[in-house]
Amino acid sequence: MKKVVKNATEAIKGLENGMTLMLGGFGLCGIPENCISALVKAGQKNLTCISNNAGVDGFGIGLMLEQRQVKKMISSYVGENAEFERQLLSGELEVELTPQGTLAEKCRAGGAGIPAFFTATGYGTEVAEGKETREINGRMYVLEEALTADFALVKAWKGDTMGNLIFKGTARNFNPMMARAGKITVAEVEELVEPGELDPNHIHVPGIYVQRIFKGTDYEKRIEQRTVSK
Amino acid sequence: MLDKNQIAQRIAKELQDGYYVNLGIGIPTLVANYIPEGIDVTLQSENGLLGMGSFPTEENVDADLINAGKQTVTMLPGSSLFSSAESFEMIRGGHVDLTVLGAMEVAENGDIANWKIPGKMVKGMGGAMDLVAGTDNIIVAMMHTNRAGASKLLKACSLPLTGKNCITKVVTNLGYLTIENGAFILRELAPGVTIEDVKAATEGKLIVADDVKEMEF
Repeated sequence: MKKVVKNATEAIKGLENGMTLMLGGFGLCGIPENCISALVKAGQKNLTCISNNAGVDGFGIGLMLEQRQVKKMISSYVGENAEFERQLLSGELEVELTPQGTLAEKCRAGGAGIPAFFTATGYGTEVAEGKETREINGRMYVLEEALTADFALVKAWKGDTMGNLIFKGTARNFNPMMARAGKITVAEVEELVEPGELDPNHIHVPGIYVQRIFKGTDYEKRIEQRTVSK
Repeated sequence: MLDKNQIAQRIAKELQDGYYVNLGIGIPTLVANYIPEGIDVTLQSENGLLGMGSFPTEENVDADLINAGKQTVTMLPGSSLFSSAESFEMIRGGHVDLTVLGAMEVAENGDIANWKIPGKMVKGMGGAMDLVAGTDNIIVAMMHTNRAGASKLLKACSLPLTGKNCITKVVTNLGYLTIENGAFILRELAPGVTIEDVKAATEGKLIVADDVKEMEF
C-alpha cells in the first residue's frame, strides 16, 4: 500500500478534461491550494467543480476560472469573484446553486452509499423545481440526489502515510464529506507523519477514504475578511 | 425609530439562558453585542463552530478560524469544531434554538425572500434556506421599508422565496411584530413611532394587538 505521492502534480495524475471534481474549503479556509496550483499548471478543461464557494479573483478556484478550466460550478455561494460573474453573465459558465446544508449532505450521502434523501430545505422555492416532493408526517420534503466525484481534492492539517487525516479549526468544513465521496481522493496536508504518530482517537477521516496523500508546500492561507478587535 | 444597533438590542431580549443561536450577516451579527447579563448563549457558525467568540487581536489572527461571513474569529472555552455536514445536521435537525437573519421581503403568511433579485447577479443562498427550514424560532431583523420607501412586509413576496410559512417574528426600525394566521400582529412600537406610521409602511394585513406598547430596552 503506497498512498504517498511526491507532490500535487503526481497526485492529480489521471485527472482529465471533462471530469467532476470536489474541492474542499469554505471561502478560502481549508482549500487544497497545492492541488489547485497543479491543476492551473496542467490546464485540464471542461471541469465540473463541486465546491461551497468559487474562490476570489486571483486565488483558489478563481485561478482556474481565469484560465476557463471550469464548465460548471455546483456551489451554495459564489459572490466574491468578478471573473466568475463575468463568465456567468456571458454564458461561458454554468452554475447550480445548492443550499449549503443540502450541498454538504449531498456529498455526505455520496460517500455513504445513499443515493438520495428528503429534506425540507428549499421546499416551495425554485430549488425544488423539477424535483420529487413528498409529504412525510404532515410536512413537505424535497428529494435531493447524492453527489460523487471522479477526484476529491481535500486539505487537512495533519495526515499519516496511511491516509488518516486531522483538520484544524474551521478548515474542516466540506473536506471530510468530500474525502468520502471521491472515486480518487487526494489529500494534501501541512504535516505528513508515519503511522502511529497520530492518536487514533483524534482521526477525523480514516485512511480508507484516501487514495493519495502528500505534504503540501508554500501555504498562503489567504484571509478574505481579516477582522480584529482593538 | 430604531437604528440597526437598537434593532439588535431588542432582538437580544429574546435570548434565553442556554440557547444555541445562529446569527446571520448584517444586523443579526450585532445581536452578539447585547446579550443580557446573566444569560449564557452559545453562538453557532454554520461553517463548523459552536462557541464562537469575538474577533481576535492582531497577534491571534488564525486563517484556519473564520465565521460564516469569512471574518477571522476566536473560540470561547468549551467550543467545538465539526464539519459542514454535522453543522447542518444541527440546523436541519432542529437543535439550534434561535436563528436571526435579515430579509428583503417577508409576507403575511410567513414566507421569506432574502437571496435573489431577478436581473441582478445572484450570489447564492448559502445556508439561509437550511436555516429557515430547520429552525422553528426565527427572528427576521430588517428595515420596515426598502431604500425606495416600499414596504418589506407584504401580502405576498415578489422575489424568489428562501422559505415558505416559516417566519413568526419580525423586528424592524418601526417595531416588533409577530406573524399569526395570515397577518402581521403589531406587538411593540419603536419609541417615537405611531400606529399610523406602521400601518402606512406595511403592505400586508396588519392587526394591532390590544395590548400594543412602546418598546422597552
